[in-house]
Formats: sequence, structure tokens, C-alpha cells
Amino acid sequence: MGMTMTQKILAEHAGMESVSAGQLISADLDMVLANDITGPVSIKEFDKAGFGEVFDKSKISLVMDHFVPNKDIKSAEQCKTCRMFARRFDIDNYYDVGEMGIEHALLPEKGLVAAGDAIIGADSHTCTYGALGAFSTGVGSTDLAAGIATGRAWFKVPAAIKFELTGKPAKYVGGKDIILHIIGMIGVDGALYKSMEFCGDGIQYLTMDDRLTISNMAIEAGGKNGIFPVDEITKQYMAERVGRPYKIFAADSDAEYDEEYRIDLAGIEPTVSYPHLPENTKTISAAEKDDIKIDQAVIGSCTNGRISDMAAAAEIFKGKHVCGGVRCIIIPATQSIYKECIKRGYIDTFIDAGCVVSTPTCGPCLGGYMGILAAGERCISTTNRNFVGRMGDTSSEVYLASPYVAAASALAGRICGPEEI
Amino acid sequence: METKGKAHKFGANIDTDVIIPARYLNTSDPAELAEHCMQDIDADFTNKIAQGDIIVAGDNFGCGSSREHAPIAIKACGISCVIAPTFARIFYRNSINIGMPIMECREASEKIQEGDEVSIDFDTGIITNVTRNEQYQAEPFPEFIKHIMDCGGLMNSIRHQEEQ
Ligand code: SF4
Repeated sequence: MGMTMTQKILAEHAGMESVSAGQLISADLDMVLANDITGPVSIKEFDKAGFGEVFDKSKISLVMDHFVPNKDIKSAEQCKTCRMFARRFDIDNYYDVGEMGIEHALLPEKGLVAAGDAIIGADSHTCTYGALGAFSTGVGSTDLAAGIATGRAWFKVPAAIKFELTGKPAKYVGGKDIILHIIGMIGVDGALYKSMEFCGDGIQYLTMDDRLTISNMAIEAGGKNGIFPVDEITKQYMAERVGRPYKIFAADSDAEYDEEYRIDLAGIEPTVSYPHLPENTKTISAAEKDDIKIDQAVIGSCTNGRISDMAAAAEIFKGKHVCGGVRCIIIPATQSIYKECIKRGYIDTFIDAGCVVSTPTCGPCLGGYMGILAAGERCISTTNRNFVGRMGDTSSEVYLASPYVAAASALAGRICGPEEI
Repeated sequence: METKGKAHKFGANIDTDVIIPARYLNTSDPAELAEHCMQDIDADFTNKIAQGDIIVAGDNFGCGSSREHAPIAIKACGISCVIAPTFARIFYRNSINIGMPIMECREASEKIQEGDEVSIDFDTGIITNVTRNEQYQAEPFPEFIKHIMDCGGLMNSIRHQEEQ
């Protein structure tokens, strides 16, 4: 029986000829990742178990991004714990203030993850790297502690759902709209325990940034990972960043899938996800009729804080001004994206439009700081979760959308699409 | 191993942001996390539970972030087991890895009501509803996972392997 792309990568890393869905395996890891929230718990577990060394100091990434630059004393202590650990074991990929960015934007950008890799991260959006043709999945801190110590992790080999993407998306439709559309279709547990395998001729129209956004939100459908085949676009992206050999895997033609969907990208509209679950989606034309006033717009995060997202926002904001009474917060996801925004003049555009621009951080995405909502307030956000209380008070509301829609809504003061602007 | 306690019911898709809101993630101290367990969905939760009580929830329990703080908070506030038809996969792993008992059982999730007295036999997977005089059979864990649980969590089981 054939294997899916995910299964092939797992088999290779487990040193096995083949694996099948449901099988429990132990696999070698190419990268293990933690941040300032999950890192300290992992380090505590690592120390408690009495491990004296790490498996490979070049294959561990510690990124201080959630509450950084530190929002309070406790956060500062958490970073200190990570910093001391990084020094103790001379960890190569430790990113602190001045060098850091949001982890899932940073690792691909630095070339630390590549096609064919097996990667775990103590952060649920570690599934982002599936965009590069890697197997990557989020785990907890204890899994990560074990990974740091042994370079291995246990997995239940996932069954798969195939998404065949065809056609070319319209102007203003990108990765975010496609993944919100899919989550709306299959639900927040539609891919529970499974891998989401994307394929089809529509992929050629998706930039790396689009794919990173789509893979990033696989977890929002309950998926274990979300993976793309490797094509010229992927190879080009890696050629500019990855300084080591990598391996390309492709699904067997007789691979088994639990379900198969065919999605015509040309038929997808800009999509908005209503509170309090990402599956509560509506097309922008339906959402516009609801006349939803907003208090805040956030453009950033590991989902949509990349340069193409900044470009989309700048395109909308150019020469315009944010609606009175709306706060608009823009957060480029990494230092180099931030710099590129300065070079291209986006920061001027944003500030002239009445937005604030922050240094890279997760900040408001998880309700940490830098844009917390008061009771009853509404935010349109390019982030990935709109759970109760995610960005502040439990009675506040978060609507998820693309940078185009978030920026257009900030100008209008209510949720609307870029066409209206 | 057995546990017994009162059932506290929750719906489907209970996410880790309501189990332990991110604003409290600037610490990993179990006692501190326990104080805020479930606060955003039931502000009174920690006051009304007793040691050994059980959470009974709907599908996809623990969806959302990978924060191990979620099962840690549940365990530290005295809950002895979570029963749900399905769990989000990272929450599932985390619970096993830290030795927090969970049970997958659709029938129990549907039939147990708020306040029912429930006892659980972890070896057989039999869940007894004392109040209603009913029994439900949970999915047994695969051997591999049982081994991790028997060792008291993932780190101990790795230690155990290394010593052999
Ligand atoms: S930007 Fe948001 S979703 Fe992404 S890693 Fe940070 S907190 Fe998590």
C-alpha cells in the first residue's frame, strides 16, 4: 500500500521501509523549537529528569517572542530561564530581543527548516513548516524536553485528508482566505489527528507566504500537520536561505486518504471568521451586510505578519486614513521584515494612515499585551484564533481575516472588503 | 488504579485559552495556574470543585495552543480525570506526558450529567456512573502509551529505557 507525503517522511525518520496510519513510531528530529512560554516548562522537565546534555546544539531553536520585549517581571524571568539554558549548552539558534521575530516566520526565513525535515515545536503553529514540504507539528513542553535530550519523539502515524486545489485565486484572495474557507468547510475538528495534504495545479499560483499561512492554520482544523508538495517556488525559496542538503518527498500515487476534497480557488471570496471559533466563516459579501463596527484592527502574527502581508496592508492604506475611533496595530513578524517595510516606505504609509507599528512580537495575538481589548470591544485581526478571551476581556470579539480585509475594515470602521475602498 | 468524584460538564471544543488564559502564562507554577483554571468559561469553577472531581466534556477537548499549562492547571486544581469523546491531539499528548489521566468515551460524555458521582477504573477503562447506576466502556490505551502512563509520564519512561 502506498504512503502519503507525511507518512514517507515519518518512515524515513523512523528508519523504516514503510509505516501506516495508526502505527506508533519513534522518529529522529531535525529541529526542536520552543518559545518564552513553553521553553521554561521544557527546561524544568529537562532538569528534573536529570539530563546532562542536549542531543545537538545546532538543532535546537529557542525564540523569545510571545511576551518579548518583556511585558512584566514574570515574563522577564521566563526569558532569563531560556537565556541561561541557551548559554549553558551553547545553543546555536537562540533568538532574543534585537534578533528575534515570531518563531514561525523566523525559522523559515533563517533557513533553519527545509523540505523533508521532521520538526517538533512546543507551539501549536509549528505546523507552519509543512509549506516547505517538511513534517512539522506542535507538541507540549514535556515532549519538547524529551526532544531536546534525545533528538527523538513518539508519533502516531496520521491518516490523511487530501485537498486538491485547482484554479487561480482572484485578486485580493490569498492563503488566509483559502484556509479560512477550508476550516469553515470541515470544522475545527475536521482534520483531528490527521495530516492535511495539499496538492493540485492551483498550488502554482500560491506564493510561499500563501502556503505558510495555509499550513500555519492546519491546527485550527485539528490537523496534525498541513503539507505542500515541493515545487520550483519552494526550491527557489530554500535556495536563498537553506545552506544544507534537503530531501524531497512525494506522496505515492496509491496513497490512501480518509477523505478527498476538490477546491476551486477561483471560486473563493475573501473570507471572515466570526467569534468564537475559526470555523464560523462567512464570505466578505455576506459579512458586509452584517454591518459589524470595529474598535481595533491587528495586522501581524505568524499567520499574516510576512512581507507580502505588509505589502497588502500598505496597498490599502496608501494615502488614506484609519477611521476615527479605530486603533490599528501593525506588527511585522521579524526584524528583516520590519527593515524591508522601512526600505519600501510601508512604515511611512502606515504611520501616515494613523496606524501604530510595533517591533516584532506575538503581543495581542494571544492577548499578551500591545493591544488588549476591553469588555465588549471588537477587533478584526489577521491572527489565527478567535476563542473567547483570546485578545482580552471574555466579552470582547475577534474576527479573523486577511491583511486586505483587516486594512480595508480599519479604513471603513466596519468589516468590509478591499473592493469597497 | 481508580478514582472517584463528582462530574463537571462542559460542551464541545473547549480550547486551551479558556482552560488557562494566556494572560496567566507568564508563570509555569502549577499552583498559580490552578487558581485560574477554566476561569473564562466558569468563573466559579475552582471554588466548586473538590479533590478528585472529574471533567466530562464534548468533542475536541483542549483544542488550540500547545500550552502544557492547560493539563497542568487541570491536574493541579484537583481534577482526577477528563472524559471526552475526542481530544485535540496536542492536549492528548500533553496529558499523557505529564501523567494526567484522560479517557475517550462518547457514551460517558453523553450520559453523565452535571453533579453525577462517577468512578473510573483506569486498568479496565470502565467508567461507572454511581448516581445513575450505569457503566460505560472507554477506549483502552495502546500498550506504548500505557507504558508512559505507568512510568508516571514521558520523562520517566525515557529514563527507564536508557537504564535498560
Ligand atoms: S503569533 Fe500568535 S499564534 Fe503565532 S506563535 Fe505568536 S501567539 Fe502563537
